[in-house]
Amino acid sequence: MTVFVIRRLMQAVLVVILMSVIVFFGVNVVGNPVDMLVSPDADQAEIQATIERLGLDRPILEQYWLFVKGALQGDLGNSFIFGEPALKLILQYMPATLELAFTSLILAIVFGIPLGLFAGLYPDQPVSKAIMAGSILGFSLPTFWVGLMMIILFAVELGWLPSTGRGDTAMFLGFETSLLTLDGLSHLLLPALNLALLNISLVIRLTRAGVREAMGQDYVKFARAKGLSTRRIIFVHVMKNIMIPVVTVLGLEFGSLIAFSVVTETIFAWPGMGKLLIDSILQLDRPVVVAYLMIIVLFFVIINLIVDILYSVLDPRVRLQDQGQ
Amino acid sequence: MKKTTTMLAAAAGVLALSVSVASAEKLVIGLASEPTSLDPHFHNLGPNNAMSLHIFDRLINQDEKQRLMPGLAVSWEPIDDLTWEFKLREGVTFHDGSAFNADDVVCTVERAPDVPNSPASFGTYLKGKTAVKIDDYTVHFVTEEPYPLMGNDLSTVPIISDETGCSASTEDFNAGTAAIGTGPFMFESYTPGDSIVMSRNDGYWGDAPAWSEVEFRPLTSGPSRVAALLAGDVDMIAGVPTTDITTLEGNDEIQLSQGVSNRVIYLHMDQFRENSPFVTAKDGSEITNPLMDVRVRQAISMAINRDAIVERVMEGVAISAGQLLPEGFFGVSENLEPVAYDPEGAKALLAEAGYPDGFAMTIHGPNDRYINDAKIAEAIAQMLTRIGIETAVETMPRSVYFGRASRGSPDGLPEFSFILVGWGAGSGEASSPLKSLIHTHNADAGFGASNRGRHSDPEIDAVIEEALRTVDDAKRQDLLAKATEMAIENVAIIPTHFQVNTWAAKTGLRYIARTDEYTLAIGVVKD
Repeated sequence: MTVFVIRRLMQAVLVVILMSVIVFFGVNVVGNPVDMLVSPDADQAEIQATIERLGLDRPILEQYWLFVKGALQGDLGNSFIFGEPALKLILQYMPATLELAFTSLILAIVFGIPLGLFAGLYPDQPVSKAIMAGSILGFSLPTFWVGLMMIILFAVELGWLPSTGRGDTAMFLGFETSLLTLDGLSHLLLPALNLALLNISLVIRLTRAGVREAMGQDYVKFARAKGLSTRRIIFVHVMKNIMIPVVTVLGLEFGSLIAFSVVTETIFAWPGMGKLLIDSILQLDRPVVVAYLMIIVLFFVIINLIVDILYSVLDPRVRLQDQGQ
Repeated sequence: MKKTTTMLAAAAGVLALSVSVASAEKLVIGLASEPTSLDPHFHNLGPNNAMSLHIFDRLINQDEKQRLMPGLAVSWEPIDDLTWEFKLREGVTFHDGSAFNADDVVCTVERAPDVPNSPASFGTYLKGKTAVKIDDYTVHFVTEEPYPLMGNDLSTVPIISDETGCSASTEDFNAGTAAIGTGPFMFESYTPGDSIVMSRNDGYWGDAPAWSEVEFRPLTSGPSRVAALLAGDVDMIAGVPTTDITTLEGNDEIQLSQGVSNRVIYLHMDQFRENSPFVTAKDGSEITNPLMDVRVRQAISMAINRDAIVERVMEGVAISAGQLLPEGFFGVSENLEPVAYDPEGAKALLAEAGYPDGFAMTIHGPNDRYINDAKIAEAIAQMLTRIGIETAVETMPRSVYFGRASRGSPDGLPEFSFILVGWGAGSGEASSPLKSLIHTHNADAGFGASNRGRHSDPEIDAVIEEALRTVDDAKRQDLLAKATEMAIENVAIIPTHFQVNTWAAKTGLRYIARTDEYTLAIGVVKD
């Protein structure tokens, strides 16, 4: 296990270094941030001064070297637009995104697994067919459209829920969170559901497929023959086997939920990292974009590690020691 | 029911013989773009400047038509060629109770151009000016050369307190500890990305605001902003998307407010290269740049059906332009009308210039900067193709566009040949576009910074420079109008239309539309 983790961490460092090259150079060939920053009234001398202050007149390799030097000391650069450290800015927006991603992950599990289980156990029931049809919609409808429709239905027409924003927050362990106030929860529901929709569908389909496959397997037949109750067969034996693909996918999806909740955050004006990212891209706030992507790379690396470890817990056949050595 | 509550509250206010009769009401405004800081000097940017107007006053205010009005200064006048005397308002206090006086002005003028990490500083308006305290309520602004635009420049600079503001950092302002001004509202809270909350300053020296509390919420997605208004989560929104205007007009619960802006949408043409990169003969071969010929430029201007752009592309929400600022602004010419649509005349002019069969070129424009910008570029391309100038369209995000348009060619010159751009006159008078768009590009003197067509005419330059030295308002007005007329006659630039901005509010509320596109809580009035 330890060897496995160490080896994985070394791989992670390599990935991070490669990504820093790709991201830094990729972001730096697009557009010119100076024109996004200076006032239109500024004259040529001021524009030149801004270019020099931001270090944009230096060769790109030198800029990259300065970035790496700073990054090794935990400084990912200052935002061009806010003048604050990019890392601080991202961390400031992170709790809102984490709580949104976390809530939608919970929604995906709470809705996805029971519905998928039902559809897998009783595939011929009309309800199951409705569930599967619904999951196709969940897959294929674009997030921004569904989000707007949800706002129009629940906020404009019915008036049950607020349309946008984060609402009242409460402090918890030093973080602001909407999860602890009623107003906050009501603001959270629509965006979380919007973000979860795709994953609910995904989990439904994975669970259903898994259940259908497992129900025909020998071990299930054997368990039946042994006289185990249906409940025990399904919730202990079948579930354990079908959870592996579900956990893998949810793990990866959790990364995407955090990294790319851009659309949902923009539509619901949710003050999270996704909105920060899209604003930074539009305004060419390069340090923030680079810092953001670097953090996301780290996130994915860590999540994958956790997923691998979870495997071994769920399925003892998966050994984390280095095989073949 | 709501009305009754309002009336009761108002009645209670009167009964209590309170100084302020305004009721305790909260206003929630949905903004189209978010300020990047609450430090009023950090970023010289529209949304920031609009936000800082709530908390901080200027020496001189701009009214909704950007005319200069007394603010913290009651009068300002030149006492000799190089000195302007400002008399300050007495009895004004900051939100923390300290008195406003000349020291605050002097320290503001020192801090504003020099905020650490500022992406765009107020140095643009303050360079070459020194503030000298004469007594507590008199300040002299000294320049090295005669300078007529002192009032316009100082109407942009928010005044902070020498005790709490001048030594404070941008973080202090964002945290609220230094966000202490003399303005109509006081800082309550600031959550980036989510909300900015302010409460009424009951001791305000000017007209008391009608709102006891104001909350600004950045709702950058257009459809979400409209939905938030329809759902009743906000009372008013800025930047109504043109596609939603018709629907909202038919809604009894919504009231629209519209007003022309100081922003002209125009075309710049390459007038400095013998061979322009995006202009060719129709078979693709290189030709001498036809845009150098004033007749070709005239033909292009005549081929553009401005009324069609306004009616079809802008859905009626724009005004055809014949010069750089709409009527009513200082320095506009009374003699200029939008160039009439005349495709036959345009063809004749092209033939006269030696291009009877036309030529081919590309129009470049942004697709996320101005209202319907990409659609306008497409419409113009079609109109030009009709007179024989085969025009291709290439639009791109502003983050890529402006850099290339300003200095994208290998030698750092403007990359494109024919571009669509817009210009908002922040100073609210005609010298702003004349200086930046028409005057010969001259980096040393700071002229023509956005002259991406590089039109150059020494005669126009001389008139503009004279205007910028002329302190007498009537004479300057004439000079600016004259320079504008010369520029339009030479077709240095082709203005197409002035942008009209739209705000939408709940019925019962109305926004006094501003030409500077700012969204201000003090501009929201009850009908």
